[in-house]
Amino acid sequence: MADKIATREAYGMALAEFGDKYDIVVLDADLSKSTKTETYKKKFPNKFINMGIAEGNMMSTAAGIATCGKVVFASSFAMFAAGRAFEQIRNSIGYPGLNVKIGATHAGLSVGEDGASHQCIEDISIMRTIPGMVVISPADAVETRCAVEAAIKHKGPVYLRLGRLSVPVLYDAATYQFELGKGIQISDGTDATIIANGLMVHEAVAAKQLLDKEGISVRVIDIHTIKPIDKDIIIKAAKETGAIVTAEEHNVIGGLGSAVAEVLVENCPVPMKRVGVEDKFGKSGKPEALLREYGLTAENIAGKVKEIIKMK
Amino acid sequence: MSNEKINQLAITATKIRKHALDAVYHAASGHPGGSLSIADILSVLYFDVMNVDANNPHDENRDRFVLSKGHCSPGLYGALAEKGYFPKEDVKNFRKIDSYLQGHPDMKGVPGVDMSTGSLGQGISAANGMALTAKLYEKDFRVYAVLGDGELQEGQVWEAAMFAAHYKLDNLIAFVDFNGLQIDGDIAKVMSPLPIDEKFKAFGWNVIVIDGHNYQQIMDAIASAKETKGKPSLIMAKTVKGKGVSFMENEAGWHGSAPNKEQYEQAISELDALLSKLEVE
Repeated sequence: MADKIATREAYGMALAEFGDKYDIVVLDADLSKSTKTETYKKKFPNKFINMGIAEGNMMSTAAGIATCGKVVFASSFAMFAAGRAFEQIRNSIGYPGLNVKIGATHAGLSVGEDGASHQCIEDISIMRTIPGMVVISPADAVETRCAVEAAIKHKGPVYLRLGRLSVPVLYDAATYQFELGKGIQISDGTDATIIANGLMVHEAVAAKQLLDKEGISVRVIDIHTIKPIDKDIIIKAAKETGAIVTAEEHNVIGGLGSAVAEVLVENCPVPMKRVGVEDKFGKSGKPEALLREYGLTAENIAGKVKEIIKMK
Repeated sequence: MSNEKINQLAITATKIRKHALDAVYHAASGHPGGSLSIADILSVLYFDVMNVDANNPHDENRDRFVLSKGHCSPGLYGALAEKGYFPKEDVKNFRKIDSYLQGHPDMKGVPGVDMSTGSLGQGISAANGMALTAKLYEKDFRVYAVLGDGELQEGQVWEAAMFAAHYKLDNLIAFVDFNGLQIDGDIAKVMSPLPIDEKFKAFGWNVIVIDGHNYQQIMDAIASAKETKGKPSLIMAKTVKGKGVSFMENEAGWHGSAPNKEQYEQAISELDALLSKLEVE
């Protein structure tokens, strides 16, 4: 496997791989080259349906296919899946609890040059508020592959949040275990815990390395499933390390930070800070430059950890 | 077609209308006008055309029905009750807190409902998904859908219309309940979807125009649609909103309001009179 691979690439490969093992139908709205459902299309042309640029229709059509007992993947950019087609997802898929998996790529600022119109920073928030919707934001290719299989096996709607940008492969495919709704403790520490998802898991790991040099010991947790969220791992981290910093490529309102805060405030309130997009729209630029400008960096996470430790 | 058969379809349609009025009256809310306008179509579909079995509502080879204009659930529930999917007396619990008969069709809770609908424009897309599945997996079931004429103002309907023609879904037969009225009044004045037939033709559909209260025409249109290969069929059914209840006919006000006791009793007595007449024939 290449050193760096985008989660959307891993998604396309996983669909093609699992197409042999499971009966799945894949829909895309004219973005198969970008969402990488093209990889599936090449292998299973008869079970790939191009919907044209009509995301709302795609979601309701996916629902209709699912009523016939099929597992359906519907893909577009996060902005047009979760955003434009929100109400179709809510009423045609969520309310009847149908077996549709929404493969939403190009989530977050790391879309880059396309700019704010295409940089969805609200999707986790709006998807997790739909009753029964499972929301997953994997960190790397290995986790994405396992998330796709878990989504296929799960009965009911799933929102899979995927990225455009190539990211390092963090996990070892031979040993990695994915369990829906269970966070992964990547490393242990005692002074604070960083809880991250998606590409921010990589920044969280880098932040730990920065803090190690200063003698600060942090635990790092990857919460790949935002809903249902792993309360136990969060409460345990709060009790054992006494402070939490969340890191996400999403608006700080409604996403991972909010979900973690909900768990903490009801179970084990401890000082907490959120790293994410500070309620602003994105803009055009290189992905790395955008992540820097919006503070989605290891340095910013490390700084927040140092602030939060003082509040303990 | 025998007169006896048509007479039976008329009797069933009248019973569906009574159930719809029972539902809306006892709920003190709901949508009688459009439920009454589609009752004859529902009677033909459920009692003459569709391959469905109330005792096996999830049979994978059954024909499907999607009420894209989901607010006319009182009509659909009336047809399903008559067909035996659930007890007829349950219709009187429509929209009540302890009832499974939700305000809009709910496939999870109501036996015989093939798709949850209510948000306009989405049902026809779901019907497409079902018809497409039959094509992909070489099943021979058909999918029937009923759209409202006001519903055609939803852009998604036209996304779905494009899709059905593009994928040659000749196993899909959609009706437009062309009663000409929506909540705010005349469809042509609120936001005209006219001409409906020409629009669907331009989108690549086989279009048949009928009187939606003429059983023979409904049956003939479906037979002709079944024979049409390579394209979906649209049956534009000219109907009367509130059909069968004198004071509800062609009145937009009855789109979404319930009759009071006196109005309900009058409506039922009109339908009962018709029923007695039909049952004698």
